Amino acid sequence: MYVAVKGGEKAIAEAHALLARERRGDPAVPELSLDQIREQLSLSVDRVMSEGSLYDEDCAALAVKQARGDLVEAAFLLRAYRTTLPRFGYSLPADTSRMHVRRRISATFKDVPGGQLLGPTFDYTHRLLDWSLAGQSESDLPRDAEQEFPDPAPMPRVLDVLGREGIIEAEDRGDDPEPADLTRQPLDLPAARDVRLQNLARADEGFLLAMGYSSQRGFGTTHPFVGEIRMGEVEIEFAPEELGFPVTIGEITLTECETVNQFVGSGDARFTRGYGLTFGQGERKAMSMALVDRALRAPELGEEKKGPAQDAEFVLYHSDNVEASGFVQHLKLPHYVDFQSELVLVRGLRRAMREEESGHDS
Amino acid sequence: MDQELLRVSGLTRYYGSRVGCRDVSFSLWPGEVLAIVGESGSGKSTLLSLLSGRLAPTAGDVSYRDRDGRWLSLPNLSEADRRRLQRTDLGVVHQNPRDGLRMRVSAGGNIGERLMALGHRHYGRLRGTGLDWMERVELDPQRIDDHPSAFSGGMQQRLQIARNLVTEPRLVFMDEPTSGLDVSVQARLLDLLRHLVASLGLAVVLVTHDLAVARILAHRMMVMRGGEVVETGLADQVLDDPCHPYTQLLVSSILQA
Amino acid sequence: MTAETMQGYNYAYLDEQTKAMIRRAILKAVAIPGHQVPFGSREMPLPYGWGTGGIQITASIIGPLDVLKVIDQGSDDTTNAVSIRSFFARTAGVKTTTATEEATVIQTRHRIPEAPLTDGQIIVYQVPIPEPLRFMEPSESETRTMHALEEYGVMHVKLYEDIAEHGRIAKSYDYPVRVQSRYVMAPSPIPKFDNPKMHDSPALQLFGAGREKRIYAIPPHTRVESLDFEDHPFEIQKWDEACAICGARDSFLDEILTDDRGGRMFVCSDSDHCARRVREDC
Repeated sequence: MYVAVKGGEKAIAEAHALLARERRGDPAVPELSLDQIREQLSLSVDRVMSEGSLYDEDCAALAVKQARGDLVEAAFLLRAYRTTLPRFGYSLPADTSRMHVRRRISATFKDVPGGQLLGPTFDYTHRLLDWSLAGQSESDLPRDAEQEFPDPAPMPRVLDVLGREGIIEAEDRGDDPEPADLTRQPLDLPAARDVRLQNLARADEGFLLAMGYSSQRGFGTTHPFVGEIRMGEVEIEFAPEELGFPVTIGEITLTECETVNQFVGSGDARFTRGYGLTFGQGERKAMSMALVDRALRAPELGEEKKGPAQDAEFVLYHSDNVEASGFVQHLKLPHYVDFQSELVLVRGLRRAMREEESGHDS
Repeated sequence: MDQELLRVSGLTRYYGSRVGCRDVSFSLWPGEVLAIVGESGSGKSTLLSLLSGRLAPTAGDVSYRDRDGRWLSLPNLSEADRRRLQRTDLGVVHQNPRDGLRMRVSAGGNIGERLMALGHRHYGRLRGTGLDWMERVELDPQRIDDHPSAFSGGMQQRLQIARNLVTEPRLVFMDEPTSGLDVSVQARLLDLLRHLVASLGLAVVLVTHDLAVARILAHRMMVMRGGEVVETGLADQVLDDPCHPYTQLLVSSILQA
Repeated sequence: MTAETMQGYNYAYLDEQTKAMIRRAILKAVAIPGHQVPFGSREMPLPYGWGTGGIQITASIIGPLDVLKVIDQGSDDTTNAVSIRSFFARTAGVKTTTATEEATVIQTRHRIPEAPLTDGQIIVYQVPIPEPLRFMEPSESETRTMHALEEYGVMHVKLYEDIAEHGRIAKSYDYPVRVQSRYVMAPSPIPKFDNPKMHDSPALQLFGAGREKRIYAIPPHTRVESLDFEDHPFEIQKWDEACAICGARDSFLDEILTDDRGGRMFVCSDSDHCARRVREDC
């Protein structure tokens, strides 16, 4: 006699045990430390912090380790942790013009005040596998350039220079001192730019990359120029109510991309802006974000909607990989009941058809 | 026929500093067909959107007299009341049938939608009404379950008309209903429209750039240029004896063509 | 609160402000039966799409005296039901049960128990897509307007299309209902077999969609009608077979493949209902 499937509890416990062993891999190989992940897989850590919406390198490194290197899973772990943390308030807006810059380039001007600073970038590496990294010894590390050159002076942002000329639209500083917060309030459409930017900052890098790319290929062209990309450390200030003045609570690494886009108007023509910002070093995402931010401004700038990147509902509702991954993967949960319902229906339809056919025959 | 159906006064719409249409006033009587003619950019489509309640005016008013004889100001109506009116008393036939049809719903479903929205809940009767209207707009009733995408442009336009007329509206707005169709298809559609309008006693506001269409369908005509009405009168009168130099130019250009 | 709950986390995982926010959304939902109330859905330690909406509702209403039952596909033993039950056992230290009549709170995915719910019980549905108009109208802005203006013709267009194509309404689960003659509502992907149980139920019915960030509700003794046509009335699934375990002929049956030559049998999807019938027979 058939007995209904039981023992889910035991199966889950065994699955967890298997997972733990798989995560560790061969015990003969030394275990990864969080320090190693933080220091040597730092771009993974940065991506997880951005998409997990929490700047904590150690937590992110732990999440990467626990997720066996699955960065979307790691971002999910960080999000679920973040949501339980107490909130003290909002920091003051990070002032990226006071960034301690480690990389800074502009594609719009050959030279800019403060100069171009290539910094640590993959850009001009030849993508050849470096077999020297396969070994253990790393005695020949290149010299640390930062120790030889003094800190560069503060660099004005390139778009601020254009802004003083009035040839680009004014920076949208927003009058609302308390920005909207998607982690507290559900997305409501039409979404203001602060909401959109928060959504994009948390968005999946691959999704933004594809959306930004599609806008370049004609699905909502915005004619972008990279006004500036800068990466470096920025001080974060917080003004506790009981103190009444701001104090520095730490320093975080940010990557910022500002694009100069298609102009509007004719006699009063001026360029428009797109903006991207990520935690850590996340140039690909910051650039994609700036493209998508600008594309999403189509309605306010009176541009015809031609591509998905310009459709706020499409972009904002599908950008989050924690939401998307959960819903795609929920398909592996049992659907016995729905499927049984469909079976009954389809069999009924087929039976009706057969009866109709045999009715015709007789 | 004793009282107007629509009263329009001082209707004005700006887009920023640009004029969409300015200070348009007229009345429309039951069963009357009014053609609004002009070149593209003359403001006729803006005016049609304002009249049908799809666009809010910057100034002025559009009042509609409902079946109970009450005057309703369309711009001041609540969204709910306006949409109800749009489902019952008013109809809109778009230039592109894709804008007025559900392309992924069968012809029968398209015809029945307004009735279902009004609470009709009998499949057999909805189906009967669908078949009846297929015939009235000269579509093969056997194709009631086909999707509009399987229809030609002229057939789609006739389906759109059936979808609008099924609730027996009193006033229908038509935006270039025949443009984009072959000449022979156009002629057949115009013939059908003229017949339906007369037999149902429909009032119609028709936007067209084609004076020949206006001559066939319209009782009265309004000529627009730069967002303003430059001439208005009986259709034959305007076409045969235009007063305004612009109208003269329009009429002569069509005669030459 | 109980001492045995998970270290470092608040009772029932969510912080009290979040619970209060969710309870406000629930109250609003109860006040407007069938209306989807947006809420600030939190990230949960379980994936979106796996019941985070239901979990947040349960976490917000559950207390130490509650008895919790969790089912998925009607069964207490499916892995996700086990996982959610143990989540609350860990974080809220509540007593759990598989017996429908013992439970004060029942969280469910895809079924309503066969045993009639009673006064004072709360059933919490996990909802993947809360918007019943979504498959006719993809835009959220437009569907919200349609609800506000009670513009529901398009729902019947869908049913009309089914009958025109298949000769019957081809919706077998997540079958749309009209609540108290006002809002059209998605009952979550329960089979239409369960739809009549929602009508005039003495239990409070709460629906949570975590990913879509909506909560809605049916208060006790509310009119719930499945959409249909006068000449094509709503009807529920029927089986020729009886349950192979308990012999029930009036319960929703799951089909089990017993070999690869077409052998199959049918058993109750509600495992508690089936076990009870077997016990009572003995």
